Amino acid sequence: MRRLYQIIISSEFWKSIFRTRNFSTNLGRSMVIFNNLFLHILPVKTKRETLHFGATMYLGFISFSLFVILTLTGIYLMLYYHPSVPQAYWDMKDLQFAVSNGVFIRNLHRWSAHAMVAAVFLHMLRVFYAGAYKTPKQFNWGMGIMLLILTLLLSYTGYLLPWDQLAYWAVSVGANMADAAPVIGPKLKFLLLGGNNIGENTLIRFYVLHCVILPLAAAGLIGVHFWRVRKDGGVTPLFRKRSEQIPDNE
Amino acid sequence: MSKKDFQTTIDAEVKAVPKRIAFIKRDVSAHVKSEDSEMVMTFPHLVVRGIICFQIVTIILVIISLLFDAPLGAIANPLHTEVPAKAPWYFLGLQELLHYFPPVVAGVLIPALVIISLFVMPYFQINAKAERLWESDQKKTLFVLTFVVVFLVALFSFFHAMAISIPTLFIYCLMILPYFIKSDIKFISWMRHISLTNWIMTWFVLLAFVLTVIGVFFRGPYWRWAWPWIEGIY
Repeated sequence: MRRLYQIIISSEFWKSIFRTRNFSTNLGRSMVIFNNLFLHILPVKTKRETLHFGATMYLGFISFSLFVILTLTGIYLMLYYHPSVPQAYWDMKDLQFAVSNGVFIRNLHRWSAHAMVAAVFLHMLRVFYAGAYKTPKQFNWGMGIMLLILTLLLSYTGYLLPWDQLAYWAVSVGANMADAAPVIGPKLKFLLLGGNNIGENTLIRFYVLHCVILPLAAAGLIGVHFWRVRKDGGVTPLFRKRSEQIPDNE
Repeated sequence: MSKKDFQTTIDAEVKAVPKRIAFIKRDVSAHVKSEDSEMVMTFPHLVVRGIICFQIVTIILVIISLLFDAPLGAIANPLHTEVPAKAPWYFLGLQELLHYFPPVVAGVLIPALVIISLFVMPYFQINAKAERLWESDQKKTLFVLTFVVVFLVALFSFFHAMAISIPTLFIYCLMILPYFIKSDIKFISWMRHISLTNWIMTWFVLLAFVLTVIGVFFRGPYWRWAWPWIEGIY
């Protein structure tokens, strides 16, 4: 195994992709971050106090993991889905009976969506109680609120797509809420539904929002959000390890 | 040095308090409070933890997805209203509000206020100094707090919103606890340290939780009350 590892690491192919071979020195480890477009968003060094579980409960990581799972399963589901009435519903039935692992992927997408709403909300609470919205992190706190709203919207627009009774009436509850807004309410509802009632136009509207507009917006904001965590000096831990606790000056 | 000779605070206002003086008692080690805390390399320490986190999340969700199937009702039918028509669980708190207040208030005003206050909250430096609720002028604090709570509870009671009044009174009781109990029990002195901002957030979270739980488990057809152990969950 070790020899195989050595062969891979020292190959020209590895070097051409990752540009780094040596992980045994801190310079080499820094290079891993420097040389990678995606890891580049992380700082080269991290505070040790932010790594243990009580500091963040890893809720940010969990939210992002769920976003990745949702993107992957979502793309798979798009392959089998037509945003039209009533074909959308028959596609759900196809997923259930005809597509390999269709039910499993749909379950994974559905439960991850629920989990993501919860994880993002808990992440907000963790950040709040750690006091991590204060100077200089006000802007990133705002980004986080935007991401929470985007998560809710993503989940809400996705709710209509199966085109079953559950979806239809849940979305009509929300649409009636928009209707109640003063002055712009009815116009807002019309804009949201693409008509006066939930129908084919609503489905295509929600489909485009759910699969293109909102995910792109979320991905962009996630990038800004991560980058600002680094710029603003890293994570503020919620709980500290006993050995690292700051004693009360009383 | 006796205990009352000095008082230390952590101040975020750099212009007002340019220098920080730390009194470190002998029984406290000096390495504690430090801005430049120990650093470790992000790779492998953070990157590997992130990958493990992703794997654990994936494994848990795969297990859940193998065990439980996502619900799928009959095909959508605009002529046949689902009873009860429930939004996804995270909006059921809002739907529960809709039951108490007129749609403009529950569906527009309250959500908009919540979102706006979350956005602007960090720009009001109420909590920047980590000021505790019971720090200064305790009598005045108690008076203002009681006045506000009485007003809010009266307002909610006008709309028969028991589900909001009761958690509000519960939080109020917790808030005034340190005023009436002067002892130094750990729990009470911990409560004395909580700032007003944290109390408001806790109140908001408790309300959101109570309303959501009621919406999910305790509401049946036509949004009337339904005990889940008698009628089941709708």
